[in-house]
Amino acid sequence: MIDTGIFFLYLAVMAGVTYLIRMIPLVLCREKIKSRFIRSFLYYVPYAVLSAMTIPAIFYSTAGLLSAVLGLTAAVILSLFEKKLLTVAIGACCTVFVVECIQKLF
Amino acid sequence: MDKKSLFVRGLRDGIPICLGYLSVSFAFGIFTVGQGLTIWQAILISMTNVTSAGQLAGVPIIVGGLPLVEMVLTQFVINLRYSLMSVSLSQKMSKRVKLLQRFVIAFGVTDEIFAVSISQKEDLETPYMYGLITAPIAGWTLGTALGAIAGDILPTAVVSALGIALYAMFVAIVIPPSKKDKAVAGCCLVAMVLSALFYYVPVLSQVSKGIAIIVCALVSGVIFAVLCPVPDKEENEKKEVQA
Repeated sequence: MIDTGIFFLYLAVMAGVTYLIRMIPLVLCREKIKSRFIRSFLYYVPYAVLSAMTIPAIFYSTAGLLSAVLGLTAAVILSLFEKKLLTVAIGACCTVFVVECIQKLF
Repeated sequence: MDKKSLFVRGLRDGIPICLGYLSVSFAFGIFTVGQGLTIWQAILISMTNVTSAGQLAGVPIIVGGLPLVEMVLTQFVINLRYSLMSVSLSQKMSKRVKLLQRFVIAFGVTDEIFAVSISQKEDLETPYMYGLITAPIAGWTLGTALGAIAGDILPTAVVSALGIALYAMFVAIVIPPSKKDKAVAGCCLVAMVLSALFYYVPVLSQVSKGIAIIVCALVSGVIFAVLCPVPDKEENEKKEVQA
């Protein structure tokens, strides 16, 4: 059992660092950035971050590789038709669920 | 749009995030109690941090009683990507967002909330952001509590299926703009290849996940900012953001 005081000390440091990282840029950058390079960079970065976070992590997000690949396929197809986020998320989850249920049968 | 409907729209957009968070934080709850912390400690960590990778790395540091400096460095490295996101978000904030409100919104900058925010066509207003961060934070905390209380409340098949929810959402955010702008598609492709290299290539796979994501984003972002800079005029810039 960890001492409660020690726990709160760690908690404060952990939450504090995490919050400052989020807060400082949001509070300091209050003007629109003029530099064309930086604006271009900021335009691309979000998509790059999301892509890097998805591949290859998505392949290991379910019980098995096959269900993950088919879940990803479902998500890609639904997204190409520009379905809502919730629709895409539920579609992928259902695909994974059904594939894993079928796999258990064999 | 008035404040209330903006808030409701944010709330609605936050529901898929909330669903995804339930499963991830559920796993965190199980993990944390398994490491020897109490249910309340697990819940408090989730409520105050709202970040998956950082929390997963932080718990063993608390349990092991490692130096606080280690906690600072670990959280800094793993969560540094949020700085990039906050800079991006700062450019999309409406003029009506007050300074104090920025302090509150900052608390809710997560990968998924950021992703949904930047996919909005309009500038971001305070009520929308408040709505957007409400359900995910509630889901994140509730999921942790459920996981900590009873690791076997949900059948494993359901937990496994929910595991893909967040990634599916990322796909849904990245693909439509990639269809319209080949440069975005290229940028995503470069980031994915780099990220796969960090995962599968022996020496590179030693690099922490947080750093790997930052490097992938910086490299592909810089390449495409140089090769395909966004148009200079304000009007075109708006179109670019919407595309």
